[in-house]
Order: sequence, then structure tokens, then C-alpha cells
Amino acid sequence: MNSAQALLRSSPEMVRIRQRKAARQLVQALLSHLVLLSVAVLFLVPFVWLIITSLKQETQVFTDPLIWIPKPVMWSNYPDALTTPAFNFLPLLKNTLFYVITTTFGTVVSSTMVAYGLARLRFPGKNFLFIVTLATMMLPGIVTLIPTYILFKTLGWVGSYAPLIVPAFFGSAFNIFLLRQFMMTIPWDLTDAALVDGANDFIILWRIVVPLITPALLVIAVFNIMYTWNDFFGPLIYLSNSKQYPLVMGLYAFRTQHSIQWTLLMAASLATCLPLIVLFFIAQRYFIEGITLTGLKGV
Amino acid sequence: MPGSSSQTAEKPSRFHLSQRRREAITGYLFVSPWILALLVFTAYPVIASFFFSMTDYNILRPPVWVGLKNFETMFTQDPLFWVSVKNTAYYALLSVPLGLLVGLLLAMLLNQKLMGIGFYRTAFYLPSLVPAVAATLLWLVILDPRLGLVNEALGALGIAPIGWFRSAAWAKPALILMSMWLGSGTSMLIFLAALKEIPQSLMDAAMIDGAGSLQRFRHVTLPLISPTILFNLIMGIIGSFQVFGSAFVATGSANTAGPLNSLLMYMLLLYRNAFRYFNMGYASAMALVMFLALVLVTVVTIRSSSQWVYYETAGRQ
Repeated sequence: MNSAQALLRSSPEMVRIRQRKAARQLVQALLSHLVLLSVAVLFLVPFVWLIITSLKQETQVFTDPLIWIPKPVMWSNYPDALTTPAFNFLPLLKNTLFYVITTTFGTVVSSTMVAYGLARLRFPGKNFLFIVTLATMMLPGIVTLIPTYILFKTLGWVGSYAPLIVPAFFGSAFNIFLLRQFMMTIPWDLTDAALVDGANDFIILWRIVVPLITPALLVIAVFNIMYTWNDFFGPLIYLSNSKQYPLVMGLYAFRTQHSIQWTLLMAASLATCLPLIVLFFIAQRYFIEGITLTGLKGV
Repeated sequence: MPGSSSQTAEKPSRFHLSQRRREAITGYLFVSPWILALLVFTAYPVIASFFFSMTDYNILRPPVWVGLKNFETMFTQDPLFWVSVKNTAYYALLSVPLGLLVGLLLAMLLNQKLMGIGFYRTAFYLPSLVPAVAATLLWLVILDPRLGLVNEALGALGIAPIGWFRSAAWAKPALILMSMWLGSGTSMLIFLAALKEIPQSLMDAAMIDGAGSLQRFRHVTLPLISPTILFNLIMGIIGSFQVFGSAFVATGSANTAGPLNSLLMYMLLLYRNAFRYFNMGYASAMALVMFLALVLVTVVTIRSSSQWVYYETAGRQ
């Protein structure tokens, strides 16, 4: 039977059929690449234009015909843009990092604790709390915006990072939900054995649960980094002193200056998003996993 | 809770009870930050927003009760309110379906077995990492009415230059075009994950039954990803109703909103009332109206979804 099949496979007719099929697949693959490549160009051209413009002389930004290759290449735009008083990159970066790191630490720690309580411990009202958590995920931020602002204003926190950072230390609905789902999958035998050995819940959480859900923790960390790095509305309403501004706010303030220098503005824009893009390439898996999870678990 | 049954099945003893109580206390300890957050950052603001919406309140002086006056002003005396509603509806009606379509098309393009597919995925997703402020600045350059990249490309096709952000008629399409670039990546990845979940056996079965690629899309792919379409649709609606950053930056300053207020989005007007004029009462009323509109639209969408969303198992979580 096998030899008959082999014979059939090597028959000239079969070889021709297979070759034709391979050729068709090749053409199909080439066509697919052509389509994908043209769409990719559409999505990447704005980036390319950002880089090109950032390296032009100001007089070359709006020209007819368009200038694709800056002459001379103004590398000096970068040091100029990143040190102008209107967009002082290093202090802005420092503020962004402060905002990003504190809130990420806060939300990871607090959400892990709360998720552990919801996933691994029994207490009256747990299911109700879980349902409320789900409902909170659906609640659009706009309902709580004004009273929350007034609350922070009353506390005297407006004008500082406190309104942006402190809430992160009390958990966030989506993170709690996500981590709970992951913790539910941990076999009970694992934690029961530790319990018998006399470990308390903090030790179990730290020694057994956290190592097992590290990918999920990285997902929420990466998500929070992406959100806070790009957050504009929060800093816009809560910060007043330009010395406190994070990068995105600095960029906005730079734009509202009287004379707009597009080349420097483009250089500053690129500098603002570049660190996040670098992080994306390092931790791509967690970005994509996180977004995928929001979709699959969302409905 | 699987596994815990072994403990609950035991005869409750004094020791067991105290253990249970200890577990409950530990449990409350672990969730206490979240309970606090729910009370302070969710329950209180939701309740307070109803109160503030019926007051005149500028933060400096205590709130004055005015009943439904804010709502009356909004609906009958504030022309900007209706302008912002129209602008936001225009934006949502175009950007949400277009965003879904672009996201799905990109995901389908990526759902092929090809070498180097990861490169394309990265290329399509990259814009989603750009903050709205930076993206808007870039698109102000690209969409320059006189000498922008897009008009130049259109000119090569013989199309007359478009005013984009400088024209009342084209400012919103410009914003929508930008949102396609900026926001498609997320829905694309969610769609892609859903497409990858479709079992190959179903596709093969359809193919054996003689279904062409269009029929397979219509009768296999579309029903199976319909829950994901619903999810992305709702997320898109919530996002587009609250569009702020791009419109805010495109308009240049907080006090203008594009030519003839063409970029005056709902959130822009709310921001202006709340944080420029400190009309906290009026802004609260606006927030509530937006909230109710969102609830209404979401409920209608979910209700309608029973007609077009297919769930594989009735008891799906």
C-alpha cells in the first residue's frame, strides 16, 4: 500500500499537479505580501514623515514639491528641541517615569492583593464584590470625573501628582478581574500543602501564586505603562505647574507656544513616543497578550 | 471553588469555625483597598454627580441648589451643547463602523500563514502606541491644506486640495481619518485573536461543502466572531463618545474648537465648562447626560445583538 502510494506520488502526473499547486501557492503568497506591504506602507508613512520632518530646516517643511530627503540633515534639531525651555526633555522624562513607575507599582501590588482575596479566600459578600467589580469595568470614567476632581480639590491635592497616583494603590477593576481569573486556575493542592506546612496567605501569595502568574502581572504592568505614558487628560486637569509636566503635557505646552517650529515639534513628538516603542519591541508578547485578553474575556 | 469542598465537607468543629472566621478576616484584609476604592472613587462620585448636577457650583463657594435648571439650560439655551452633540454623533457614526471595518480587514490580512507576518502585525499596531497629542501634531503636518503629504498625494490623482483641519466641512473627517491610523491596532489585535480561535476543521468542512471564500466568510467567520464584533462595537462607542485629546490638540487652544466649532466635541465642551469656567454643576449635568446616553446606546446595542451575535454554547460565560 505504502509503496503503491509512493509510486503514485512520484508519477509524472502527480509531480506536475504538485508543482502547479506549489506555483499557485507561491503566486498567492506573493500577492498577499504585496497587499500587506502596501497597507504597511500606509501605516508607516506617517512615521517616516515624522522622522523626515524632524530632520528638516524649518523652511523645508511645507514646500511644493515635497522634500523627501532633508538637505542639509538637521541633526541639531534634536538637541535643540530637547533642550529648549519650552520642552525640556530630561525633566519631562523624569516626571513621566515617576508617574509611570509609581502607578504601575501601585496598581500591580494592590490589584494582586485584591485578586488573591477574591480568588483564593472565602468571606461573606465575596460574590457581590466580584459582581460590583465587573460592573465597575463597564462604568465610563465620565460619571465619576467631576466629583472626583472636587474631592481632590477639597483635599488640596490638585496641582500635585497625588490625584494621579494615589488611586492606583487601591486596585483597578480590570486588573483585579484579570488576575483573579489567572489565580483561579492555580490548583488548590499547591496552596493547601503550603497551608498545612504553616504558611500564611501572604507567604502563599508571594512564594506560590506570584511566580505562577508572572506573565499576567507583566501584562497589566505593560498596560499601565502604556496608559500612563500616553495619559493626557489626567495631567491636563490635575497639574498646573509646568515643572511637574510629564512628556505628553510638555509636548502640548510646546505646541501652544506663539511661534510654532514644526521641525522641533516633530523631533519632540518622536522623542515622546520612542521610549514606549522601544519597550513595545522588548515586551511585544505582553502587549499583544494583554489586548487579546481584553477582547476574549470582555464579553 | 473546586477543591475547597474537602474542607467544607468536614463536620464543622469549633476549631474549624475559628479557622473559617480567620480566613474571612484575611479575605477582608486583602480586598480592603478595593472596597475603599469602590466607596471613595466610584460609589461616592456616582451619587455626588447627581447632587452636583442640580446645583450651581464653582468650587470657591458652596453649591447652591437649582433643581433641574442645568438640564433646562443645556437643552434649551446652550446652542453649543447641541453643536457638541451633533459633532460627537457625526464622529461616532463614522469612526466606529469605519474603525470596526479597518480593524477586521487588517486582522484578516494578518490571519494568513506567511513568512514575516510578525513584521506586518507590528507595522499595523505601531501607531496605537503614539500618544494622541503627538499623533495629532503629526497629522496637522500631514493634512496641511496647502502643502501636506495627503493633499499632495490626492493632487497626483487629480483631486483638488482639501482643507482638512482648516475647513468646517473637513475637520471631522480629518479627525476620523487620523483615528483610523491611531486606533485600529487595538481592535485589529482583538479581531485577530478571535479569528485564530476559529477551528480549521469548520473551514475545511465548509470548503468540502463547496463554500467559496465569500460564503465561508459570511457563514462561518462572521457568526463565529460576532461576539468580538459586539465587544469592539461597544468599546468603540464608549471611546468615540468621549473623544477628547485629538480634537483638543487639533484645535490649538482650549478656547477655540476648529473652524465654526466643527471640532467642538462633547468632552471638549464639558472640559471647558468644568475646568475653564468652573461651572461644576453644569459640567456634572453634562456628564450625567452623556452617561445616560452611553447606557442607552449600549443597552440598545446589546439588545439588538441577540439578532446578530451567535454564541456557540448557550451557557457561555
